[in-house]
Amino acid sequence: MLNRRNFIAAAVGVAAAGGLAACAKKEDSASNTSGSSGDKAITLGFSQVGAESGWRTANTDSVKEAAKEAGYTLKFSDAQQKQENQISAIRSFIAQNVDVIAFSPVVVTGWDAVLKEAKAKKIPVVLTDRSVETSDESLYVTLVGSDFTDEGRRAAKILEKVLEKAGHKGAVKIAQLEGTTGAAPAIERAKGFKEVMDADHKDDWKIVVSQTGDFTRAGGKQVMAAFLESNPDINVLFAHNDDMAIGAIQSIEAAGKKPGKDILIVSIDGVKDGFVAMSEGKINAIVECNPLLGPQLMEVVKKVHDGESVERWIKTKEGDFMQDQAEAELPNRKY
Amino acid sequence: MTTTSRWRALTHHQLFWPVAVLVVLLLVNIPFTPDFFSIRMSDGHLYGSLVSIVLFGSPLILVAVGMTLVIATGGIDLSVGAVVAIAGALACSYMSGQADQNALSGVLLAMGLALLAALVCGLWNGFLVARMGIQPIIATLIIMVAGRGVAQLITDGQIITVNSEPYKLIGGGYWLTLPFSIFVVAVVVAVTVALTRRTALGLLVESVGGNAEASRLVGIRSRRIKIMVYVFCALCAGIAGLMISSNTSAADGNNAGLWIELDAILAVVIGGTSLLGGRFSIGGTVVGALVIQTLTTTIYTIGVPTQTNLVFKAVVVIVVCLLQSPKFRAKVFGTKGRGRATGPAETAAVAEAAPKMEVSR
Repeated sequence: MLNRRNFIAAAVGVAAAGGLAACAKKEDSASNTSGSSGDKAITLGFSQVGAESGWRTANTDSVKEAAKEAGYTLKFSDAQQKQENQISAIRSFIAQNVDVIAFSPVVVTGWDAVLKEAKAKKIPVVLTDRSVETSDESLYVTLVGSDFTDEGRRAAKILEKVLEKAGHKGAVKIAQLEGTTGAAPAIERAKGFKEVMDADHKDDWKIVVSQTGDFTRAGGKQVMAAFLESNPDINVLFAHNDDMAIGAIQSIEAAGKKPGKDILIVSIDGVKDGFVAMSEGKINAIVECNPLLGPQLMEVVKKVHDGESVERWIKTKEGDFMQDQAEAELPNRKY
Repeated sequence: MTTTSRWRALTHHQLFWPVAVLVVLLLVNIPFTPDFFSIRMSDGHLYGSLVSIVLFGSPLILVAVGMTLVIATGGIDLSVGAVVAIAGALACSYMSGQADQNALSGVLLAMGLALLAALVCGLWNGFLVARMGIQPIIATLIIMVAGRGVAQLITDGQIITVNSEPYKLIGGGYWLTLPFSIFVVAVVVAVTVALTRRTALGLLVESVGGNAEASRLVGIRSRRIKIMVYVFCALCAGIAGLMISSNTSAADGNNAGLWIELDAILAVVIGGTSLLGGRFSIGGTVVGALVIQTLTTTIYTIGVPTQTNLVFKAVVVIVVCLLQSPKFRAKVFGTKGRGRATGPAETAAVAEAAPKMEVSR
């Protein structure tokens, strides 16, 4: 999720590679394991976007592990950032008559036809992480994934705590490092943060500068270096992901300031390196965006398979972490 | 009369327009950041916007210098961004496997390994272009696409963080109060200028770019020259890759050096080197790269809204390119100038222009 932009870049790259080696289309790996529809174990067909980032790799591992633990037969297929791969994977799941289909859609639109085929065969479809736009809402049962807008709201809420703990008084001058321009997490995290800010802190909080750092360390570092020159009075940094915060920390230190003290830092994601920085006192709080949705997905799959009703959007279980929890949480970080 | 002719000589110097744009861009920052030009000491090293521009711009300068020579031979190298990613990924993944990341020998070995990989990439490009006769844009596209995959393979799709003080020096450290990368860039630029302008090498490169077949017929080993410039370009990209990963102490196979090839080509063009090959200006390229980095910093400091970043950049680039075009200048400034110009200057301009036109016919 922290790297949707990479997905686009990778997609462009993959498309170009496809152009060079026109016949390199991947055999979809959904044809392994015994297609045992007579077994009692649930068979789950899962089509992943690809492996574009550490977040995504952790997401894949989580799904695989959880399926193993739950004792389900998992048919896993990697779409390599291509919708046509994903559609053919879903078709092959339908042909094999799996019990439930789950997938993280590569793109938002263009799913109606294949989802109708699934519906005709009465195979329930669960979306993970990302949503789709369809003409017919009944084409998928539920979405298991994060709420980016809420992550923004939680970041603002946790900033209140951080300010209180630091004993901060006076104006709060916030620098915002945005994610890739146009990416859903960037837009929605900014929206959620602003919502809380406008509602509760209209007078005392102000975003003095805001710029995209492209979700990367190098981006965060460069943008922050410029921010510190143009607005030396910044005292809070809100970064849309940990990597940008880590980059910004290096610039803050180069400017002779103390990250976490002179400039309070709140970021989103909760990757391992973010927690390392937090345990060193350089990040004040992290709002988690959890890729480990495997166990939750398996629960939902079971319910859907048993015909129980589920909510339309099942939000990933996510935590908020303050500095004093960093040490304890660090060993639990898998990605 | 003398002042006008001096002014004319100045504006006709190939570095005039790039430098003018750079100065204007720097000045634009003053209303937004009053102490933009101030440089102060912080933590025992110099600190300020100008220092940041040079520090963050160093990798681009290196890549662009390498690109200049490739373009001078009439080629182009799209693979530099991928080479940046591979070099950073190799160096960091090698170091992260070491017990003591601060050991100088390990760091040097990691950097050597990375540069070796860059060298291989360069040889491959050169081989395809010079020996196989493949169009440079296609030949280098192969590594551009596949190389990033290789980098991701090396890093396993993750961001590899290293904790090595000696490695941090090359792209993020300071030496004699200045960013160390400045010294690296200075050495590379000085060596390149010395090799191309103090020896016949530059002339050979230009003649290969001007007409490869004619150069071969007069006895220049044009294939060898071509392979050499691709290797040089890849090596520059490799060093830039070390700098970029050292700057953040992390290798990011997905993003390191992403689209840097386009920035580098732009820097070369802004610097006045013709994409057709046949002549080049290393000094112009350095200024061009600084223009691009200053533009980026300016966008951050003056608070351009995120959504309009690219439009802003595009407008500036269009203006720069138009200013560089003699035809455009003649159309716009020429007519204006004639209106205002005094008699003698006008006749001088006509007198100067006339023989040129005849020659061109």
